[in-house]
Amino acid sequence: MNKYIERLYNGLIKENPTLILMLGMCPTLAVSTKAVNGIGMGLSTMAVLILSNLVISLLRKVIPDAVRLPSYIVIVASLVTVTELLIEAYLPALYDALGIYIPLIVVNCIILGRAEAYANKNTPGLAVMDGIGMGLGFTVALTLAGLIREVLGSGTAFGMQILPRSMEPISIFVQPPGAFLVIAFIIIVQNALGIRTRQRQLVENGCDGACATCTAVCNEPKEEAK
Amino acid sequence: MNSLILIIVSCALINNVVLNQFLGICSFLGVSQQMKASASLGGAVIFVITVASAVASLLYDNVLSPLGLDYMKTIVFILVIAALVQIVEMFLKKSSPSIYKALGIYLPLITTNCAVLGIALTNVQNEFNLIQSIAAGFGTGVGYTVAIVLLAGIRSRIREEDLPEPLRGAPIVLISAALMSIAFMGFSGLAL
Repeated sequence: MNKYIERLYNGLIKENPTLILMLGMCPTLAVSTKAVNGIGMGLSTMAVLILSNLVISLLRKVIPDAVRLPSYIVIVASLVTVTELLIEAYLPALYDALGIYIPLIVVNCIILGRAEAYANKNTPGLAVMDGIGMGLGFTVALTLAGLIREVLGSGTAFGMQILPRSMEPISIFVQPPGAFLVIAFIIIVQNALGIRTRQRQLVENGCDGACATCTAVCNEPKEEAK
Repeated sequence: MNSLILIIVSCALINNVVLNQFLGICSFLGVSQQMKASASLGGAVIFVITVASAVASLLYDNVLSPLGLDYMKTIVFILVIAALVQIVEMFLKKSSPSIYKALGIYLPLITTNCAVLGIALTNVQNEFNLIQSIAAGFGTGVGYTVAIVLLAGIRSRIREEDLPEPLRGAPIVLISAALMSIAFMGFSGLAL
């Protein structure tokens, strides 16, 4: 398989950031009340991710190793600020719906994780494809979670009524507990189907899965011990 | 004074940072395996969030806002938090080695804890002054600690249970968190 296409497949399916790597749980849980929010958040994160991967990949020989994390944070924070201002100007409805979670893209583990694990070791072309793949994987997962919560919690999908009005929607699903429940059930289904999440591998490898730190520490997963 | 207590209670219980706003989920799920580690992390988070809220509020009111640089707040805050964690770490190492030993490995984790940046940004959004920001930061830290210590307690009980295979690991923790979140929804009925 062409290695550029392989990046897309990798991000979307093989190493889906949310469903397999279990990174970036905060936005996943927080903004998945509606499918549309999921798409909005996913695409905003994807934009930042593609650009940060590109910039970091271009600068990979310039940034000294010792200060690479602060440098990445500054790059990502600048890109997030630009994205935030653009969303505020052109998509005010989305800006209101996502609120504080737009600036918080800065601390989204997916972005620093990809910078550390991929972009600083590969050519700009591949890094951009990696950003697109990971971004799409994140968007799909967020939209899926958003769709499930929206259908169960408000009886609509993408704003259109799909459940009969006589059926009372289960409003807990659009409230905070519903987020935990829906993600839990998605992982249960994955486990039942035998898809191993990275979180499980990390726990098995003795890493307690704390975001970016963990991505950095447990970057190179040990050989899968079956 | 009353309004400060209101802010603390609201941040700690009603709008619990983890269970209601989903900030700091990574460490909430990752570190809650042991009660002792959870309590230590909680202590470190209370400390860092309170100090970070104060510094962020001071910077915003005295530097960013007068210069019309509000849009720089995300960049400035994240750098301030990263630097602050480093300074706190060095300070504790020198001044009180016992606390440093207890919190040491958890301090770097806090830089990437979105709750710290989240609360600094929320304070600006709510136009809190310095004292209110400190109260909000402290309340948030307490809320985080309460949530993670409770979850650690639940997890220590779950560990002994014979769970169906697919539920082991992350799913049962998320379901426990969901039940906790339902319980915390009860606080929204607090008449303040």
